[in-house]
Amino acid sequence: MNALKSSLQNLAKYPSAIMGLLVVLLLVATAIYAMIKIPYSEAIRLWRGGEDVWYQNPKFAPPAWINAFSSKKYAESFSVRSTDGGIQKMVAPNSEEVSTITMEYTFDYSYDYLPQEMLLYITSKYQQKQPFISVELLTPDGRKVRITNISLGDRITYRFSQDQKLMTRLRTEDVFSALFSVPDATEILKGKYQLLITGTTFEPDSDIDVEFVLHGQVYGLAGTDQSRRDLVVPLLWGAPVALAFGLIASLGTLVMTMIIAALGTWYGGWVDELIQRITEINLVLPFLSILIMIGTFYSRSLWVILGATILLSIFTGAIKGYRSIFMQVKESMYIEAARAYGASSPRIVFLYLIPRMIPLLIPGLVSSVPSFVFLEASLAVLGLGDPILPTWGKIIQDAQANGALYRGYYYWILEPAVLLMITGLGFAMLGFALDRVFNPKLREA
Amino acid sequence: MAVVTQSPTEGAVVKTSARTSAFVRISRYIVMRLLTLFVTVVIGVYLTIMIANMGGYVDQIMRSEVRDRITQQIGLNPAMQRMDPAVRRKLIEDTIALEEDRLGLNVPLVVRNARYLTNALTLNLGRSINITSDAGSKQVRLILLERLPPTLLLMGSSQLFLFFSSIFLALGISRNYGSFWDKLVVAFSPTSAVPPWFYGIFLILIFAAVFKVLPFGGMVDSPPPTNTFAYTLSLLKHLILPAFSLIISSFFLSIYNYRTFFLIYSSEDYVEMAKAKGLPARDVEQRYILRPTLPNIITNFALLIITLWTGATITETVFLWPGLGRTLFRAIGLYDIPIIVGSTIIYAYLLAMTVFLLDFFYALVDPRVKVGAK
Repeated sequence: MNALKSSLQNLAKYPSAIMGLLVVLLLVATAIYAMIKIPYSEAIRLWRGGEDVWYQNPKFAPPAWINAFSSKKYAESFSVRSTDGGIQKMVAPNSEEVSTITMEYTFDYSYDYLPQEMLLYITSKYQQKQPFISVELLTPDGRKVRITNISLGDRITYRFSQDQKLMTRLRTEDVFSALFSVPDATEILKGKYQLLITGTTFEPDSDIDVEFVLHGQVYGLAGTDQSRRDLVVPLLWGAPVALAFGLIASLGTLVMTMIIAALGTWYGGWVDELIQRITEINLVLPFLSILIMIGTFYSRSLWVILGATILLSIFTGAIKGYRSIFMQVKESMYIEAARAYGASSPRIVFLYLIPRMIPLLIPGLVSSVPSFVFLEASLAVLGLGDPILPTWGKIIQDAQANGALYRGYYYWILEPAVLLMITGLGFAMLGFALDRVFNPKLREA
Repeated sequence: MAVVTQSPTEGAVVKTSARTSAFVRISRYIVMRLLTLFVTVVIGVYLTIMIANMGGYVDQIMRSEVRDRITQQIGLNPAMQRMDPAVRRKLIEDTIALEEDRLGLNVPLVVRNARYLTNALTLNLGRSINITSDAGSKQVRLILLERLPPTLLLMGSSQLFLFFSSIFLALGISRNYGSFWDKLVVAFSPTSAVPPWFYGIFLILIFAAVFKVLPFGGMVDSPPPTNTFAYTLSLLKHLILPAFSLIISSFFLSIYNYRTFFLIYSSEDYVEMAKAKGLPARDVEQRYILRPTLPNIITNFALLIITLWTGATITETVFLWPGLGRTLFRAIGLYDIPIIVGSTIIYAYLLAMTVFLLDFFYALVDPRVKVGAK
């Protein structure tokens, strides 16, 4: 216990260790937050969801915070609906059958770019007589522009930019420049706009609900990808996946390597010989090619890849390192004492030999995490990422496949890349410092 | 008395017996070593073949792919649409059988694996299934040879630069342990946790996308320049980013490792002794620090040379560099087993040869090492 305490005190002397530790803790916190905020099944539903889940978002939208770095402000996307009170809805019965439903939504438009698209998703309930709505837009300069009058079906999507009648009425091809600027001016009129929807229903239990969606140039905290998905989901969920993959692979590999090295040294003879031969064979096997083959031919599941990674990483040069240390430990007095009192071989291996190595294991454990995290990302970049789980590597692959770098969607690659980088560096810095604390020879040097 | 007047012939006998025993020892060692290395290569390559076949799973994929392709090909051929359906069906079946025969799908898996193995071991690499070289050949040997120069150029330039620069810089730093540069290298060594392709993406972003000074990828401009000077220039321009990302991703860790290594050797007692004797620093460095580290440096260099063969699959893919690594990746995607096996066997042979030769190099360089001694 004392040794551990002094080790930790030693560790505190290294600023890089503290930084690394902070990064690791932050990651763990993010991972826990992600799993609580978006449960697994919900994350999968969102990540695998198509237009039906993500219709409210624009495609390829950078995150909204880029406005902070730009003098011209991009329009932020939003969506509001009447079902959850985002749009105020008032029902006024005119007679027994006919009632008027008014819905208002006021939004502040103070951006320097026009919206890409505005949409109304209108759902209505009726038996025979279709309800009817009229839509108007009130501009800051007091104009009241009639947008459209439609009679409703069960579910209707109205696109502002596609309405020929509206174009004729506004005498323009571009609806939004006419709506969002003073007539005969090109500048965008900033201020409060009000969307007015007046509906009329002709049956007692008939009802109308509206969802208003504005696609700007930017969206949310992290932006969106080619299938309109909010990148916050995979960015958040990438943390637990990366941590799980990195830690399990690293722990599995090290523990297995150590057990096998200990067994080999303890029993010696043909066991030891066999282990050395397997290590040599494993050296011949092309590691990355085999993983690619498993991914291509067999299964792209993260857990299959994880298992194969561990299997292929057990018999490497590390086993020789452990072997030489175990050789020394094997000769020490306390092992001889254990032998003298008649301890069985498994007892000696698992209770005396291996625990002795745990302090040595810790730096190795921490510093091999990044290589596994990046291995997952590498496979994802080659198109062999897990087909179901959202990971950082998958985001990079999507971005690469959609030519993000050529088309200037830098946020798309930078966000996952920076997270991967921070994770890798965090673990590496901590591992380095741990190594110097636990291996005094290096510290001297 | 007898001891004093020992006959000279007796001494000669002792000498020759010592020589023959060394000879026996070395030749026995060579035979055993070659045998174990060969068995290792055989098992390693056989395992790769098994995985490349996925225990016959790949056959099913290929069979259905062949059936699909030929049915479509014949079905869409206008000349054959007028045929009697029964005749056409027979034609389709026959063509499929022929194609399966060509791909070797009708031979039992065990026999086929054994055939792959013997062909591989005799370096009879055969013909690829789907991939053709740019020159139009299907010979695996020619495909691999065509892809070798780009990989050698990229990997060779980056790895050799990395090797020599890091040894040179590490020596300098180990001389001034604790200096600013030393601390810098220590502080930056965690950057090597990040793989080269990852730096590649950042480099592409900065130099190709934002500043537009270097190309996004590829090996030469398209169309390739006709005059040699312009061609070389364009090649170099395309080489900068991938080579730099390969270098930067190992640079600091490599220096750090060599520096630690040199520091450990320079704290040996005999080095202190040499310094105490007043030998010039240059001599101390060359004779007392570099000499004993030579075996390790040679090992590293030899392993470096053989990793050139494998190429850098992902970096080559990210930079669209037409090298061996990317070809191997494509081959896996197209189930092209001959290419996978061909690349593996060459790597295995190179590795086995290197491991074998290194033992003798050690004996040459380091007088403390005896070949085959227990």
